[in-house]
Amino acid sequence: MRGFALERPATVAAAVAAYAAGGEAALIAGGHTLLPAMKSRLRMPDTLVDLSTVAGLTGIARDGDRLWIGAMTRHATVADDATVQASIPALAQLALLIGDPQVRNRGTLGGSVANNDPAADYPAAVLGLDGVVETSSATYGADDFFQGMFATALADGEIITRIGFRVPQRAAYAKFRHPASRYAVVGIFVAQFAASVRVAVTGAGPGVFRWIAAETALAASFSAAAVKGLVLDADDLNTDIHASAEYRASLAGVMLGRAIAEMEK
Amino acid sequence: MQTSLTINGAAVTRDVSPATLLVELLRDDLGLTGTHIGCDTSQCGACNVMIDGVAVKSCTVLAATLGGAAVTTIEGLASRETLHPMQAAFKDNHGLQCGFCTPGMVMAGIEIVRRHGPNVDAATIAHDLEGNLCRCTGYQNIIAAIAAGAKAMGEAAMRQEGGA
Repeated sequence: MRGFALERPATVAAAVAAYAAGGEAALIAGGHTLLPAMKSRLRMPDTLVDLSTVAGLTGIARDGDRLWIGAMTRHATVADDATVQASIPALAQLALLIGDPQVRNRGTLGGSVANNDPAADYPAAVLGLDGVVETSSATYGADDFFQGMFATALADGEIITRIGFRVPQRAAYAKFRHPASRYAVVGIFVAQFAASVRVAVTGAGPGVFRWIAAETALAASFSAAAVKGLVLDADDLNTDIHASAEYRASLAGVMLGRAIAEMEK
Repeated sequence: MQTSLTINGAAVTRDVSPATLLVELLRDDLGLTGTHIGCDTSQCGACNVMIDGVAVKSCTVLAATLGGAAVTTIEGLASRETLHPMQAAFKDNHGLQCGFCTPGMVMAGIEIVRRHGPNVDAATIAHDLEGNLCRCTGYQNIIAAIAAGAKAMGEAAMRQEGGA
């Protein structure tokens, strides 16, 4: 890694200030995306602002129909937390599918959402659960927050503080996991609310997106039969060495079926 | 940056550059070369150590962010001449061939016991080893070693409770 200055602020305001003063700066949460990127010199920040010392960025609390999780809460904590398991078991299960046990002990919710890797898991939950992303300076609805490959509504140096997930009647996440990287080749998050259904797709396209045709069909009749044979349009999907766009389009339909089967168990 | 932490029970204060990884501090500065660097991309788990009792990949943690933490490496598991029950189980079950991945496997085994208890089954062990790669051989004996080590850790904990 190229050398850099390390700042360890105690408050969100101090972190914002350290970022602004740091030349080409980067925020580090769990570091499990950023540090590998720095080792390969894809990222060469002058200053790293460590969020692990910032007070108030961890914790899990239910408030009415929202489940709030602090941005620095680690994946293993979300997976094991009794409040998450009671409120949105699908979210705890999603956290348990990220990386491996040692990675889950370091990686954070906020880091994953801010990075918005097109194959990351958490963006599917934030979008599928009609999430609210609170930051150092604003609040975003999930529909406005995610803006394509590694792109979000975050301004330079804006820090996610916590994320509120709308508690559904029921939900499920079905992930076709790449066996080596453990990222989603395709992941489908389905959430059923009193008056609506949301379906979020990760891994398939340039960024997480809602599958409106599936939502419409499931809102009319929530059943596997209602979406049987439904596939995504391959035109907008990714092709790489792991899977073609056509494969992902078909796989999305399969994973949608699995998510619904899980919900109807 | 001046960083003070506890490593295998001993207080350590070092001036580390911000870019120093925990595994570099352990191996290059402190000579604790039992922690291995396999892939350097947080895939293989050869560099697993415990930070405050929780297993992490030390190739993907900055040493300068660990002020006040307690780190345990493979060198810190045995007490004098007596191997840690998980180490003894790897020896007894032939849970290694070349040994390169073994320090990380032993740490992963202890993490599995922390998460699932001493009676963890083979399927759970196999699943939770997803972040550890062995390139020599099958995982059969590694899984058997961790199952035996888990049981032995449970028995040791019970003896300790009984004696206290």
